Amino acid sequence: MRKLLIGVGNPTRGDDAAGIEVARRVRRVEACQEASGSYQLMDRWDGADEVILVDAARSGAPAGTIHRFEAHDEPLPGGVLATSTHSVGVIETIEMARRLGRLPERVVVYGIEVADLSPGVGLSDQVEAAVNELVAEIDHA
Amino acid sequence: MSVEREIAVDYLARVEGEGAMYLKLRGEEVLDLKFKIFEPPRFYEAFLRGRRFSEAPDITARICGICPIAYQTSACNAMESAAGVELTGGLRALRRLIYCGEWIESHSLHVFFLHAPDFLGYDSALAMANDFPEQVQMGLKLKKIGNQIMTLIGGREIHPINIRVGGFFRVPTKTELESLVPDLEWALEAAMATTKWISDLPFPDFERDYEFVALQHPDEYAIHEGRIVSNRGLDIGVDEWDDHFEETHVAWSNALHARRKNGGAYHLGPMARYSLNSEQLTPAAKEIARVAGLGPTCLNPFRSIIVRAVEIAFACEEALRLIDGYVRPEAPSIEVEPRDAIGHGASEAPRGTLYHQYQIDSGGLIIDAHIVPPTSQNQLSIEDDLRAYVVGRTQLTDDQLQWQLEQAIRCYDPCISCATHFLDLTVDRE
Repeated sequence: MRKLLIGVGNPTRGDDAAGIEVARRVRRVEACQEASGSYQLMDRWDGADEVILVDAARSGAPAGTIHRFEAHDEPLPGGVLATSTHSVGVIETIEMARRLGRLPERVVVYGIEVADLSPGVGLSDQVEAAVNELVAEIDHA
Repeated sequence: MSVEREIAVDYLARVEGEGAMYLKLRGEEVLDLKFKIFEPPRFYEAFLRGRRFSEAPDITARICGICPIAYQTSACNAMESAAGVELTGGLRALRRLIYCGEWIESHSLHVFFLHAPDFLGYDSALAMANDFPEQVQMGLKLKKIGNQIMTLIGGREIHPINIRVGGFFRVPTKTELESLVPDLEWALEAAMATTKWISDLPFPDFERDYEFVALQHPDEYAIHEGRIVSNRGLDIGVDEWDDHFEETHVAWSNALHARRKNGGAYHLGPMARYSLNSEQLTPAAKEIARVAGLGPTCLNPFRSIIVRAVEIAFACEEALRLIDGYVRPEAPSIEVEPRDAIGHGASEAPRGTLYHQYQIDSGGLIIDAHIVPPTSQNQLSIEDDLRAYVVGRTQLTDDQLQWQLEQAIRCYDPCISCATHFLDLTVDRE
């Protein structure tokens, strides 16, 4: 059984790098990074049985909140993940994959609530803590 | 008394980037119509000043994630023309081949995901995927094959890093390129099937008498270089652009409006290329164009989707031809010695001619830069189309009219991100 973690985000937009940072830090799961949640995600996860997707989220919850969705069961609520201005996002890609029969058997999506998306490298304290918490949870699962 | 109506669209869907449209009608009369690009200017031309000539391809590639090769190629062409050198043999073939990859990738995105839903009655590719999963899968695979060409030659598919003034940093072996052949053979068949499928879709009955402008080359369907020609007798070197075209600023757009110096709008992109150069298409592309019912020209912008599909077939066939004839160059690039000069470069971005002009000093620093993206050049033509399209269709409801006008804009595959960003449509009826 192949399990794959995909971290999605822009490493130069502050907390938008949350997913990328999780992918960099996990040790016990095969992990990769993607700059956007576009349809190419499907090529990434082709052949995987279980996928963990980690992206930045912006729903109004306190910064550092970790949202968890089982996307193989039902569509994600709209408007949670911080989407790119002009490309397809993670939610749309998951729904496209579902329609095309290309959704892995198990897809767990984590959204980390952001504090600051301004240009620059580095996470806010709240998101840094959330990233570490999620990494520990995934590595010890 | 005539009723005044206003139709406004705040976010135009399925275009690259963000923009707006505003229409104000009094009965049958169009009182005001604007295609607005109000994204803040991005200042590329300003921050190129003082940078080395060799940096222009990598800096300008960042203008667009969909058509970076167009920016890199036009920039390289300009710098090489300023230095008085040109690529030949395998280096020239690679420059053309990677551009074929970009055409396949960009056109597949537009045909399947941005444009086809319009003719099938869906508001998104996602909605279309329920009923047309095979076509959506085909579009994804075609796009991926275009990206593979870009990645193999360019190092990565978005903002490739292996392109430089004078050629490349590393050139692929013939064996590496040949690894693309099976996929490209599939892609050619898929593109031909797509063209046939697309040509059977219902298109609005609408034609306009455009001045088509595109590059033309004596030996091939122009992609990466050529002279600038039109169907109204224009035939100039790229270095004469300033003598025949001009840009003006209008209050409602942050992208400069380009027009012919004789005052007219002109039309860039697949329909222009096809109408001017279709005789030079590769055999299978020519044949599928015939089967799809395209004549020597295409004046219906809604049918541009057919021409795009034909160009995907062409790009696959041309890529196969280039790979077949490829001989790996001994050196990955040629020497380019900068000199005090003005360089001009143009190439055919998927959505039309992209012109760059740079003034370089003897030390190789950029003194001035001028970049004219295809979407900014098509703005006037888009507005003229919308105005003409409304005539005789004012009986439509606001929703219907808005939907059809948005479609008319999408025919241009506008890259507002390149021109700058964002579309927001308003229709006002008095």
